[in-house]
Amino acid sequence: MLTARNITVAFRARRLLDDVSVAIAPGETVAILGENGAGKTTLLRALAGDRQPPGMRQSGEVMLAGRPIRAWSLPERARLRAVLPQRPELAFAFNAREVAGFGRYAHHGGWRSPEDLGIADAALRLTDALHLADREVTTLSGGEQARVHLASVFAQLWETQCASPRFLLLDEPTAALDLAHQHQLLETARTFAQTRGIGVVAILHDLNLAAMYADRVVVLLHGAVIAQGSPREVLQPATIGEGFAVAAKVLPHPLVDDGMLIATAARRPEAPR
Amino acid sequence: MTGKTIGAIAKADDLAASVPQAGARRIAGPTMLVALALLLAVATVFAIGIGAYRIAPLAVFRILVSMLGFDAGGFEPQQAAVLRTIRLPRVVLGLITGAGLGIAGALMQGLFRNPLADPTLIGVASGGAFAAAFVIVLGATWLPGAVSVLGPWTLPLAAFAGALAVTWLVYRIGDAEGILSLPIVLLAGIALNALALAGVGLLSYVASAEQLRNLAFWSFGSLAGGTWALLSAVAPLAVAAIVLGMLLARPLNALALGETQAGHLGVDVARVKHAAIVLTALAVGGLVAATGVIGFIGLVAPHAVRLACGPDHRVVLPGAALLGALLVVTADVAARTVVAPAELPIGILTAGLGAPFFLALLLRRRGQGGL
Repeated sequence: MLTARNITVAFRARRLLDDVSVAIAPGETVAILGENGAGKTTLLRALAGDRQPPGMRQSGEVMLAGRPIRAWSLPERARLRAVLPQRPELAFAFNAREVAGFGRYAHHGGWRSPEDLGIADAALRLTDALHLADREVTTLSGGEQARVHLASVFAQLWETQCASPRFLLLDEPTAALDLAHQHQLLETARTFAQTRGIGVVAILHDLNLAAMYADRVVVLLHGAVIAQGSPREVLQPATIGEGFAVAAKVLPHPLVDDGMLIATAARRPEAPR
Repeated sequence: MTGKTIGAIAKADDLAASVPQAGARRIAGPTMLVALALLLAVATVFAIGIGAYRIAPLAVFRILVSMLGFDAGGFEPQQAAVLRTIRLPRVVLGLITGAGLGIAGALMQGLFRNPLADPTLIGVASGGAFAAAFVIVLGATWLPGAVSVLGPWTLPLAAFAGALAVTWLVYRIGDAEGILSLPIVLLAGIALNALALAGVGLLSYVASAEQLRNLAFWSFGSLAGGTWALLSAVAPLAVAAIVLGMLLARPLNALALGETQAGHLGVDVARVKHAAIVLTALAVGGLVAATGVIGFIGLVAPHAVRLACGPDHRVVLPGAALLGALLVVTADVAARTVVAPAELPIGILTAGLGAPFFLALLLRRRGQGGL
């Protein structure tokens, strides 16, 4: 399990996260939802075991497989959880194969271990980016770059067997992608994680994607959890209205058996009396 | 080197991203390293032989072999004496200087994730220059005791101390509770460089004509001071820093993804940052003290390797060391032969030859997008 217990993060008097507790089980996909500034990225940072930025104080406890996450050494942590940042950076003209290979940093190493190179290529194939392997990543389109960086985090958790549960944290993974690749990414990540027993935490903005791919959703508002549970329980008009300040209606999905379609619109200002 | 230039580089990358193109062709890393090593070996033998007293390459080879304890014969004792006491220490100093500047440049560019970074960023050169100027101009009047005790060692020792002191200051300013803030290191480096150079300017202003000449000569750089005694003082630290620097190749690769993501991959980012800065100061500090300021090698050598072979630091670090050594040794041959029997300052040559070479690389690369 990856467990956050009573996490509070404060910057001076302002609470960015207020007593948040969530738990992610191996193999399940959890979507973190909420409006801008609700604390989604701060929560993901805590779950990743990162230090919060200077000036922020974090209290509470994050446990990875029964141990405080920062008690794992850096390489151990890297083998148990991978993080896809919201805006991946890249200095210098590394090609896609090299960037995917960076995911293997905490594994074998050495001068081009053939096993790691094979894993980098397999990860690129999984994210539909193998044809870009020899291209310099800085010359790729935003969507292509996103798929290369996703391949890197897949490579990081590539082993099919692991003694300890592992987790994949995705910060707005669909932001740079076209519609087809949004579905493909979430589908691929889910399959990848399920076959390896990896738990996935993804920050998403699209409620319909969350309803379609998440086993559970967590809705944050002003740093606090206002609802968590299955998409069908949580993504109802009242909660959506409270969490996102929009009008919402939930319909049966015309294309997905048993699926739900969430229609949203700006709230009409209340009529003056 | 300002924030603006860094921004401009980022913009250029964005532009390049919109142009579809095939992957730029690269030379395989191991091929490049072997080729550079062979070239360097040949250049070293020629550099030892060429000069006012000429020794044929074959004789150079035979003398070197006999120095290793094998009796090769086929050379004059006088040739061996010149080689042993004059040429060889000078060429070895050139090799270490070039390798040190090359690897320090590669470390700084990798650490700051910017192809414009070079070892002078963290104040190594300007700190050394200020201390050297101080000794040249005011040493005799302010520190007569030290000058009379240390004699010819005063200048290199002061330069080494100055180089390390300014780097230490930059480092202290950038360090907050064990976390090194690279933007602050960069800006502190710029400020302290400016301050040190203002100090050099002030000292030049009050200097006599004779002192001014010494100062200018030191700031152009020269390998003429290369003796076994000097080498025994500066070489061990520099060589150790060069070798240890190579160990940072994989973490520097991961650091290209940014500090946070490198941490997620398992890199101990804080340790890598500290190591890169300390190793750069050790690699370059002693060399600046021994040779004065030899510009451009730290910028050009890693850049050229990166353009030819791609940015993998497992190639860039050793490649920059080999290429830096090759450039300095070759430039020194030119420095001592072009206007023989006089000698050109090597710093003028490295900048004079390095800058056009660098521009040619950039022009060739321009059509292919990104740095």
